[in-house]
Amino acid sequence: MAFVNLKHKLIQVKIVYYGPGRGGKTTNLEYINRKFQHRINSEMVTVKTHGDRTLFFDFLPFDVGLVNGYQIKIQLYTVPGQVKYDATRRLVLRGVDGIVFVADGMLVRRETNIQSLRNLQENLASYKKNLRTLPWVLQYNKMDLKEQGIPMMPIEKLDQDLNHEFRRPYFPASALEGTNVVATLKKIITLTIASIRKELL
Amino acid sequence: MSYTLDQKQLDRIEDILKSELIDNGVRCVFLIDMAGNIVTNLDNGEKQHDIYSLAALAAGNFGAVSAMAKIIGENEFSLLFHKGKKENIHFNKISSEFLLITIFGNDISLGFLRMKVAESVEHLKGLLEPLSREHL
Repeated sequence: MAFVNLKHKLIQVKIVYYGPGRGGKTTNLEYINRKFQHRINSEMVTVKTHGDRTLFFDFLPFDVGLVNGYQIKIQLYTVPGQVKYDATRRLVLRGVDGIVFVADGMLVRRETNIQSLRNLQENLASYKKNLRTLPWVLQYNKMDLKEQGIPMMPIEKLDQDLNHEFRRPYFPASALEGTNVVATLKKIITLTIASIRKELL
Repeated sequence: MSYTLDQKQLDRIEDILKSELIDNGVRCVFLIDMAGNIVTNLDNGEKQHDIYSLAALAAGNFGAVSAMAKIIGENEFSLLFHKGKKENIHFNKISSEFLLITIFGNDISLGFLRMKVAESVEHLKGLLEPLSREHL
C-alpha cells in the first residue's frame, strides 16, 4: 500500500523479504545497510530474540532518489522465518508493495522453501493479494556454500520447485558475501515502482 | 494498492493536528497507515526522532496488540499507552487503515491528552474514512 504524498512529492514503498528461517533475509538487509550507508539516515531496526533470530521484523528505510520528480523512500522489512511466528509474518505483510522470496539453496532445505512459499501465499490471501498480481522476485541464497562441499540444490531444480508456476525473475546469490544482493534489490525496486506507476496512471 | 493525498488534504490534516495537539503541548504527533507509512508528522521543534523507524515499530506494535485482543476475545483495547520517565506515547486508531500516535511529556495529563486526541480523531475521520473505503 504505497503512499503518495503530493505535498512533499514523496512516495513510500514497502518491500518485504520473505522466506524460511535461517535463509538469509536479515543478512540481505545487513549487507544493504553496510553497502548503502550514505543513503540510509537511520539505524537498521531489528526486533530479535536472545538467540539472535528475528522475532518480529527487521526494518531499513532506504532512499532511492528522484523518479519522475518524486522522492522514493523504500521501506525494507524482513519477516521472522521460523514456522511458529506466523502471526507476526502476517502482520509484517500488511500493505506490502513488493516481495523478495529468499530461498535457502541447501539441498536439505528443499521442503522448507516450498512450505514457506505456500505460507506466503496463504498470508497474502488474508489481505486479498496474491503472487500472480504482486511484484516479486526470488533469490536462491547461500550459493557460496557449494565451495565448501555442502550439497546444494541445482538452480534449475530450485526454480522448478518454487517458480515454475510464476516465471518471476530469480537470482542465485550469497547474502553473506553480497553476491547478487544489490541486483535482487534493484530488480524488486524497479518492478514495484513500475507497478505503482501503472496503478496510479 | 496505493493511495494519494494532495497538498490541500494534507494541509487540512496538519492544521487539525497543530491546533488540537501541538498547540496544546504535545511534543510530537504522527499520522501513519497500518503498513507503517507516514502520512504526516509534526513536532514542537524541541526533539527530532527517527520517524520512519518509529512508524514501522508503531504499526507493528499496534497490529500485535490488536491480534492479542482478538485472542482473548476483545475486539480491541481502548487504551494503548506507554509511560516513560520523561516521554510518553499514546496510540489511537482512526479507522481500519490509519493510526494517530502522540508523544508527550509529563506536563500534560493523560486525560487531557486523550480528550484532545479524541477531538482530533473526530475531525480526521471525516477526511480519511472515505479514502479508506475508496482505495484501500
